[in-house]
Amino acid sequence: MRFMLLFSRQGKLRLQKWYVPLGDQEKRRLGRELVQTILGRKAKMCSFLEWRDLKVVYKRYASLYFCCAIEEQDNELITLEVIHRYVELLDKYFGSVCELDIIFNFEKAYFILDEFLLGGEAQETSKKSVLKAIEQADQLQENIDFQMRLFPGVLVPNMASESSGLFQN
Amino acid sequence: MPAVSKGDGMRGLAVFISDIRNCKSKEAEIKRINKELANIRSKFKGDKALDGYSKKKYVCKLLFIFLLGHDIDFGHMEAVNLLSSNKYTEKQIGYLFISVLVNSNSDLIRLINNGIKNDLASRNPTHMNLSLHCIANVGSREMAEAFAADIPRILVAGDTMDSVKQSAALCLLRLNRTSPDLVPMGEWTARVVHLLNDQHLGVVTSATSLITTLAQKSPDDFKTSVSLAIARLSRIVTSASIDLQDYTYYFVAAPWLSVKLLRLLQCYPPPEDGALRGRLTECLETILNKAQEPPKSKKVQHSNAKNAVLFEAIALIIHHDSEPTLLVRACNQLGQFLQHRETNLRYLALESMCTLASSEFSHEAVKTHIETVINALKTERDVSVRQRAVDLLYAMCDRSNAKQIVAEMLSYLETADYSIREEIVLKVAVLAEKYAVDYTWYVDTILNLIRVAGDQVSEEVWYRVIQIVINRDDVQGYAAKTVFEALQAPACHENLVKVGGYILGEFGNLIAGDSRSSPLVQFKLLHSKFHLCSVPTRALLLSAYIKFINLFPEVKATIQEVLRSDSQLRNADVELQQRAVEYLRLSTIASTDILATVLEEMPPFPERESSILAKLKRRKGPGNQPGAEEARQERERERERERSLNGSAEHREGGAAAAAKTSLYPSADLLGPTGSPPSTGGSLLVDVFSDSLQAGPAPLDLAPPNTAVSEDNFSRFICKNNGVLFENQLLQIGLKSEYRQNLGRIYVFFGNKTSNQFLDFSSTVNCPDLLKTNILQPPRPAAQCRPSVLTFSAEH
Repeated sequence: MRFMLLFSRQGKLRLQKWYVPLGDQEKRRLGRELVQTILGRKAKMCSFLEWRDLKVVYKRYASLYFCCAIEEQDNELITLEVIHRYVELLDKYFGSVCELDIIFNFEKAYFILDEFLLGGEAQETSKKSVLKAIEQADQLQENIDFQMRLFPGVLVPNMASESSGLFQN
Repeated sequence: MPAVSKGDGMRGLAVFISDIRNCKSKEAEIKRINKELANIRSKFKGDKALDGYSKKKYVCKLLFIFLLGHDIDFGHMEAVNLLSSNKYTEKQIGYLFISVLVNSNSDLIRLINNGIKNDLASRNPTHMNLSLHCIANVGSREMAEAFAADIPRILVAGDTMDSVKQSAALCLLRLNRTSPDLVPMGEWTARVVHLLNDQHLGVVTSATSLITTLAQKSPDDFKTSVSLAIARLSRIVTSASIDLQDYTYYFVAAPWLSVKLLRLLQCYPPPEDGALRGRLTECLETILNKAQEPPKSKKVQHSNAKNAVLFEAIALIIHHDSEPTLLVRACNQLGQFLQHRETNLRYLALESMCTLASSEFSHEAVKTHIETVINALKTERDVSVRQRAVDLLYAMCDRSNAKQIVAEMLSYLETADYSIREEIVLKVAVLAEKYAVDYTWYVDTILNLIRVAGDQVSEEVWYRVIQIVINRDDVQGYAAKTVFEALQAPACHENLVKVGGYILGEFGNLIAGDSRSSPLVQFKLLHSKFHLCSVPTRALLLSAYIKFINLFPEVKATIQEVLRSDSQLRNADVELQQRAVEYLRLSTIASTDILATVLEEMPPFPERESSILAKLKRRKGPGNQPGAEEARQERERERERERSLNGSAEHREGGAAAAAKTSLYPSADLLGPTGSPPSTGGSLLVDVFSDSLQAGPAPLDLAPPNTAVSEDNFSRFICKNNGVLFENQLLQIGLKSEYRQNLGRIYVFFGNKTSNQFLDFSSTVNCPDLLKTNILQPPRPAAQCRPSVLTFSAEH
């Protein structure tokens, strides 16, 4: 995958993940153009289109468009399911996810995406595993905060010893 | 709001985001942002050291502002500081910031790399994952230099956690993409291949992607992965849905992994080992069979996942191109999809069939679907689907269905989107030429093409039609007639005027007999379009006019009148003015013979690869195509030759051989400073346009030419020193000449072709006055009356 964009129906970018090195100006320009192209498409049209030298796969979920640009040899249908899986993950995590969740917790959306896709490829396709990884990371933070609240001033214990057992498969 | 509430939910951030959302206008938004930026700046510069939480909050705000689309030029240092925090969320935000706002400041890069190194070395999988994610997201050269050697070690180490292995695999993949030279192949490659056998399917998934990319770089290192991949694939495909637990997606077994394994197999040719090949074929057949089974779920996710695997399997079958049964089955399956309810599937079926059409085993099978595809072209509402249909028609075209397909593409062209017209024009041109049995059809098609989509008809297309008309005698008359009729339309495209002008200029004589297309009518027709055309077209028309003067002396006066008008002779454009002046002069001073030689019919073009094909292949970067450029250069050269050739190189037969070659003739270096390389066959390269010829052709008082001599023989000597000047059953006259600077020597050889002796053979040299003064040595025979060869030599 080259990049993934999430944007609203008004064309506001809610999330942008780039898997290729590009300059900032370039990214903004590409994003704008692609957003306009997709917003211009009608409802019943096919989910795939050729744009520049890329294939673009997109799907609309409520008020958000999820759009991925993939390479010539990538499989379009599986990319559609990548999008769907990502929505499922968000949904499970936020509980009935809506656009507002992604706006106010944008950094979480990135973290969840990173657990699922890395370098443009799916790394873990088991929904449970991904969610478990995220929860455990959050849990880690809770534990620290809890300890900090109970014992202010105490040095935070060494993470290595606490976490060595957490990620056994 | 999220059910899991985090203690670190940054209130300040939420408030800021709400503020932004509530801004009524762009200016208000910018104002709010600037206020916040100033605040953050002062906090960062402030005396009080910020605690981790605040730092995190501010860095996050900066990130948010950046993602809104504004530039951020500070905060990197603070983000890097967050990296070394022990708190996970702080680290997370730090890493996120630096992955999104990549900075090329070398000090910062050093610090970032340090932070990453620490995290990689820590035995904490969460931290290791974070740093690996960061490397994969940024993938810069500096990071590659620092870590490309370590990551393979982490990947294959026995004590690495599975989640870390996954991240390491994909991180390595990213580094390999951006800096392939820094990722060395080593002994770890064998261990990576072994990861395909891992128990944890997430690891297998990531490893497969990695191996696929690396195998393209060095296929030999990863050959052993083929058998492992096939084994894994068949286990997945034949497994029951409960076996794979969470890796089953809507009743489809591990679709992502299956697709990746099939992709990996496409990097290699079909396995040589018979058993392995058999197993793979079984796998593929199972996948094809499953497609025919009734669906286990109504959800679109199920069908998408199932079909994703199916399409990838078909792609593999096409890539291998070795099992006819599989190919035909694949074709049939795709044929079914062509009429599926879902647009996505129709789109993909059309796309896959394009590749199938080029395989010899399935080409015939693909052709059976032509009606469906044509129907799709006419009825699909989505333009991208129609485009795929056009591509498929192009791919499946062969002699049997060429006429039908071209007709369909032409009618589609009339209503097609502007963005795709040019490609369709090129395709129609290529098909028409490739499969033309009867070239009148070809001419018709191209003229139709110009009529329907004139603007998108590029130069290569109409150059090509002219090349073909010139090369084929049988179609010249037809072309002239058709072009003449087409030009009579009230509004015709400029490209049509170009083609028409050229063809009538060359072949107008073929239709001049008919009173409806008499020379004057032809000229008037062309001239009526003259003022509507752009400069290059007008230039072409002027050339056509001078050709008319040559072909049809009766309209000479009319054309000269036109050329003489101020709008030509004083035209603002240099090219037009020059042409008008030169053509006018040429028409007045050249005798009919000279004119005929100058404006001789264009010789056939040498056969070369169609430049249209080259252009089609290079659709993304339309530049100067060598084919077209060459053709254009050739045209330039020929025009120059026409203009500069002043007929001085005429030879007369008999004894007057010496007369023709003057001391003014250029030296033997014939590939003069025109600079352009000679093309094969076809055109003659002559640097006749040297200064010494300014005096114009010498007024040669020459004996009328013997009709046995053809013009060709004379004109040959423009660029050759030696050759046969004249030949009949009795006699052969050869000419040999050599020149150095202002001196020239000519030998004339008379050869007796009969077996009898010549008696009383004599030859004379007639030198017109002008030349006499220049001749240094009178001609003298070198030998007398021998039956074979007599030589005369003259030097001057």
